[in-house]
Amino acid sequence: MRNLLKKIFLVDLFQGLWVTFRYQHPRNIYTEQYPAERPKVAERYRGAPRLNINPDNGETLCIACNLCALACPEALIVVGSERNEATRRKELTTFTYDTSRCMFCGLCEDACPVDALELTQDFELATYTREGQIWDRQTLEEGPRPTPYKC
Amino acid sequence: MPDSTFLDSTELVLNMGPQHPSTHGVLRVILKLDGEKVLGTECVIGYLHRGVEKIAENRTYAQFNPYVDRMDYVAAVSNGLGYCLAIEKLLNVEAPPRAQAVRVILTELNRIASHLLWLGTHALDIGAITPVFYCLREREEALKIFEKYCGARLTTHAFRIGGLLYETYDGFEQEVRTFCDMFLPKVDEYEELLTNNRIWVGRLKNVGILNADECKEYGVTGPVLRASGVKWDLRKAQPYSGYEKYDFEIPTRRNGDTYDRYMVRMEEMRQAVRIMRQAVDGLPEGAIMGKVGKVIKPAMGEAYVSIEAPKGELGYYVVSDNSTQPYRVRVRPPSFVNLQALDRMVRGGLVADVVAVIGTLDIVLGEIDR
Repeated sequence: MRNLLKKIFLVDLFQGLWVTFRYQHPRNIYTEQYPAERPKVAERYRGAPRLNINPDNGETLCIACNLCALACPEALIVVGSERNEATRRKELTTFTYDTSRCMFCGLCEDACPVDALELTQDFELATYTREGQIWDRQTLEEGPRPTPYKC
Repeated sequence: MPDSTFLDSTELVLNMGPQHPSTHGVLRVILKLDGEKVLGTECVIGYLHRGVEKIAENRTYAQFNPYVDRMDYVAAVSNGLGYCLAIEKLLNVEAPPRAQAVRVILTELNRIASHLLWLGTHALDIGAITPVFYCLREREEALKIFEKYCGARLTTHAFRIGGLLYETYDGFEQEVRTFCDMFLPKVDEYEELLTNNRIWVGRLKNVGILNADECKEYGVTGPVLRASGVKWDLRKAQPYSGYEKYDFEIPTRRNGDTYDRYMVRMEEMRQAVRIMRQAVDGLPEGAIMGKVGKVIKPAMGEAYVSIEAPKGELGYYVVSDNSTQPYRVRVRPPSFVNLQALDRMVRGGLVADVVAVIGTLDIVLGEIDR
């Protein structure tokens, strides 16, 4: 009998509708207005790579040890180095990082002994060209430059 | 497929998928229909094949770790745990107690996140649009904890072989506790929306029945097995990562239909909260990384470790030939094994039941095709 009454008066449906109704208050609505309102990503977020430079003298921190290239599962880092005859040390010449193949696992930054390579909180990696996804040393140090749109 | 020809006028062969939204990815089901009645099905898989097991043979042990996250991408943490445990067994090391407790917290959080995505999409398939918004809202909170802990939301790469790389961030324990307190009433809310709803019950009750014997025959594991009354959970049967210390129950139901599987998963979410609370209250101090060298080079041998992933038994079989790269990695994904019960479950049912049954099996195609 009770079940029949419950059925006739649509108790189950109103129960569900009440849950929906409870969240109708404008306080519960949240829409992120994305380009105007930036999401705050976590401190440990693994995003766009960056090659750190020493802020005092503007020289790169990278010692061209090639450990990041060896640690990378996709082998997308290419480190170019040259031996400086005066100081007898290896110096970084080129650094290529292919972000199109990167899965942001963070193994390269774990491998870096001097904290030169770092995955930053920057998450906007879209480019207009495929070539724009391959970052050279200048891009890695200064951040990505927007590719001009050809029309 | 039944043997008779396709030219038979009363029978119709229909392709469901690979783009069909309710196949949860790229599963193609060839349905043989008589009107709306399903006479037989055949699953075609492999549209998402990436050759993960072969990739493993060309990567070092540590390098392969991020790839396992990409198999079952809604439960990446569980995949990482299974792989790390297998290599740790091969190396004969054990993660320190603190690492084990953090692993349990994150894995259970991932179980909740996985079940929430399942509930949302399953309800969406059935025609209930509302739950998906609420489910994803709570899932967001779980993903935020992942993001703060390890820097990624979905393909987390949270664990390392031998323990953890990241120490918990400030306020981790508080945030987990807040999540637990917030989450339990929300489960009741989902139940208010669905459990007694007449359309939900009508679509789910007595649909896709799989009894206990059939489950064992097919090797089905996870909530699908437990819904048919078999009390089998690897967390209790062969505890790993310190699960023997936590007090929780294995939810089971008797009928083995789609509705029971829904109830089992809802109860599992509550139990996951219970485990998380115990783990976070008894979180030990100490090291987070076991004694593992920089270069991982296990002795010649093999190891098989299976864990209870949100979808069932997830096994990793690793063979080492005393080099830095595995000789062979074989994955036993729960979805792959569970999917083969689809034909048994939908035969004789209606086309609309196929959608409900695919939803209730909780398959992820990334894991099936690997």
